[in-house]
Amino acid sequence: MIRKNGNHLFSRPGQSIAAIGVLTLTGILGWTVWTLPPFSDQMSALISSKMPISGVDNPVTAVLLNFRGYDTLLEIGVLLLAAVGVLSVAPSAVMRADSSPSPILVLLLRLMLPFIILVSGYILWIGKYAPGGAFQAGAVLAAGGILLVTAAVRFNLSASKAMPLATGIGLLIFLIMALATMMVCGNFLQYPVTLAGTLILVIEAAATLSIAAALVRLFVGVKSDTDPPASGEDSKILTFEEENLIK
Amino acid sequence: MNIPILYELVGVILLGMGLYSLVIYSHLFRKILALNVSGAGVFLFLVAAADRTSGPLPDPVPHAMVLTGIVVAVSATALALALACRIHQVSGNAQLTDNKPE
Repeated sequence: MIRKNGNHLFSRPGQSIAAIGVLTLTGILGWTVWTLPPFSDQMSALISSKMPISGVDNPVTAVLLNFRGYDTLLEIGVLLLAAVGVLSVAPSAVMRADSSPSPILVLLLRLMLPFIILVSGYILWIGKYAPGGAFQAGAVLAAGGILLVTAAVRFNLSASKAMPLATGIGLLIFLIMALATMMVCGNFLQYPVTLAGTLILVIEAAATLSIAAALVRLFVGVKSDTDPPASGEDSKILTFEEENLIK
Repeated sequence: MNIPILYELVGVILLGMGLYSLVIYSHLFRKILALNVSGAGVFLFLVAAADRTSGPLPDPVPHAMVLTGIVVAVSATALALALACRIHQVSGNAQLTDNKPE
């Protein structure tokens, strides 16, 4: 039963207890922040001393792909898991394109898609020297992919065979590189110093594709689920499944 | 008082606001939004804390952590939204119910 106070999960005393708890936690955290030492240089000094062997010139990229590469590997795994999760939660709604795209969208797509791909490649490349890299490039590419899915001009992105491959290739290449470097150098993700820059670029390129594909997948899965089914067949299958589920 | 500490405190306040809404509201969409607000608070804190170096450059480690965190937050939000949509589809209601006897 939903309670009469609608939006809230608790009665008034419960809300007060929650408020006091959160305020206490915020106070403790705020006090901790207030008393933090003003300068902490150990970590950044360590990183700037190790920059020459990282293979790149941008410290953030060096941390992401080299010093803490394990984080990034797991993160791409999380992204892939989320995409698979969205697919399995909303499978009936994913493989569908809009039948009548807006002409403005189609024009926008034609004008912008080449630039989006170009900018994405540029951001990926510049990550070696300046702010940029696989995640930013992947996000830009995903924007292009979402535009493509929304406009759907004679091209059904979510039904294409390349999508699953693109979604998985980032994790695959990252894992292959990690295992190969373990064979050669002895440690998981320990790049040989001379090859580090090249390896990072290869991993980042694959990761860019995967991030873009997974983000598009997440968007398509979440987006079409709220739309009414386009064709009659789809809705029949859906209701059939639902009946089975209820029984 | 220097500038980073201002942003850090705003981050802590955002975290508190998000946590409170996460506990209080019963609608799943509000809970997902609340998680995102508290996540934004954590990111704001980390990015501001990276400025606590004596040199001109900020500490790259928190920046990398935030970059990782944003991607994970987006994935988790999308999955949570898909689950909430599915719950709405199956049960006709996206609100948590109170199981206490009236």
